[in-house]
Amino acid sequence: MTRYLLGRLWQSLILLVLVSMIGFAVLNLAPGGPLSQYTLTPGMTQEALNRIAEQMGLNRPLPVQYADWAWHLVQGDWGKSYRDSRPVLSIITEHLPATLLLMGSSTLISVLLGTWVGVMGATRRYSTFDYSATVGAMIALSIPTFWFGLVCIYIFSVRLKWLPAGNMYTIGNGSIGDYVSHLIMPSVVLALVNVAIWSRYMRTATLDVINQDFVRTAKAKGVSPRRVLFKHVLGNALLPMITLAGLQLPTILGGALVTETVFTWPGMGRLFLDSLGYSDYPVIMGLLMFSAILVLLGNLIADLLVAFVDPRVRLG
Amino acid sequence: MASAAIIEKSPRWWNSRFVRRFMRHHLAMLGVAMIVILILACVFGPYLLPYDELYIDLRARFAPPFTGYHIFGTDPLGRDLAARLFNAGRISLLVGFFAMLLSTVVGTVVGVTAGYYGGRTGAVLMRIVDAFLSFPSIFLLLALAAFIKPSPFMITVIIAVTSWMEIARIVDAEVRSLRERDFVLAARMVGLSNSTIMFRELLPNAIGPIIVAATLTVARAILLEAYISFLGYGIQPPLPSWGNMLNGAQQYLESAPWLAIVPGIAITLAVTSFNFIGDGLRDALDARSDLV
Repeated sequence: MTRYLLGRLWQSLILLVLVSMIGFAVLNLAPGGPLSQYTLTPGMTQEALNRIAEQMGLNRPLPVQYADWAWHLVQGDWGKSYRDSRPVLSIITEHLPATLLLMGSSTLISVLLGTWVGVMGATRRYSTFDYSATVGAMIALSIPTFWFGLVCIYIFSVRLKWLPAGNMYTIGNGSIGDYVSHLIMPSVVLALVNVAIWSRYMRTATLDVINQDFVRTAKAKGVSPRRVLFKHVLGNALLPMITLAGLQLPTILGGALVTETVFTWPGMGRLFLDSLGYSDYPVIMGLLMFSAILVLLGNLIADLLVAFVDPRVRLG
Repeated sequence: MASAAIIEKSPRWWNSRFVRRFMRHHLAMLGVAMIVILILACVFGPYLLPYDELYIDLRARFAPPFTGYHIFGTDPLGRDLAARLFNAGRISLLVGFFAMLLSTVVGTVVGVTAGYYGGRTGAVLMRIVDAFLSFPSIFLLLALAAFIKPSPFMITVIIAVTSWMEIARIVDAEVRSLRERDFVLAARMVGLSNSTIMFRELLPNAIGPIIVAATLTVARAILLEAYISFLGYGIQPPLPSWGNMLNGAQQYLESAPWLAIVPGIAITLAVTSFNFIGDGLRDALDARSDLV
């Protein structure tokens, strides 16, 4: 177990370094590079720009600049926002809970619904249900999330007036019911794609398990079909899904950004878009790095979880 | 004479097992039909309409669909929505197609190189692929779009930058599984260069999965373009795209919902069709599907 753990940690560390290099490359793509904010200042001369460049260490070789930037990143110094000069990392962590709430509730919906659809499809293979689930999943994967959000707002907020069209809560009303009514639409919209993906993989995973000998043995022993399904089949079919959940993290995070922009949900996606509007490069960079680190961490946790549950992984 | 009868005449490509299997896939055929209709509409539609996409009909602002002279209605400026939709389709489909082409080329080159050389080169290349996959593609796409002056060409390039990894992985796995085979050894002994072996000997064996992945990449590229243009960081007006037609539609959701619905349906149709085709190709290439 320790060996597997160390190997996996080492892998994540290498990936983290590569991720930071890509991030640094993107940063240096900015028009005018990191100097861009100063070029817009009225009365700025080339001479003054050169001086600032020297102060910021931009005349040093790129590898040195990268090392310096990465070292600050490790120490938690992610730079300051151009907009209000607050530290980037604390702005991001302020917006994190809203995004996690949205992702969490939406993942709950997609796992429950996706597992049900997937297992039903596998146990009734080639039935009408299975066929419509397959086609439905493909259509769900094709509908643009943001457009689906707009359509939902039109139906449930504009026409039926059942649900609020945006934000996380009504100002002056912080009750749980108020939060829930704001949460329903964005989490369902975000879940659409994930239900589709989850149910497809769950169907395959269930089919892999359902024909194996131990399931036949359990059935032959006279174990009730319900118990076979929940204990023997589901227990084993859900195992590869832990890894999938980790791998799906970038999609869910990206989807959350999309959903947040449509529903003005005050999370990281909203922050990202606001920062784009202000050309607030440090925050944009910070969010890019933060989301990648979140994904790496998610994958690591998923893999460790699998190793913890499944002895074949940690010993093999 | 007798032996000649045993040698089966190899069928023409349109009659091959693969094509026949693909033609039997109803959803894929539906996808092909929808794409053909969409392309025809986008290519010829603008010539058939009495209005061009920039003509402003001030008396008919916010005209709902199917009521007056404007079949799909008009936008807040009184521009014909149908004319804009077809012209936008040209841009969106072209961006989707070329982004697919570019990411397929990049992904294939990276995948073949990593798979063929293996060892340290392969490991480094594939770790770079992993690193790119760690970024939620929308974050990376929007960050790049914010830093780069947007033009249809640059939008195509940055969509490709965030979509080549899938194909690289597929090609790498495929080439890796083939490179120890006898025909590769033979090619090497004959003295063929590495690049000839990579691209002329190994790559043709991986063409099936590449085509499937490429088809799905078109769908994905259309979605990505629509999204960043919707946010205002993609294709810039007055050039219409399906995405930027939706930009601003949210504020008129109450008074003119068709502004949001019409382009959205076009996007969904195009993306669904490409996904159906990709699925059909995958099933047709999968030899096991003959058994069921």
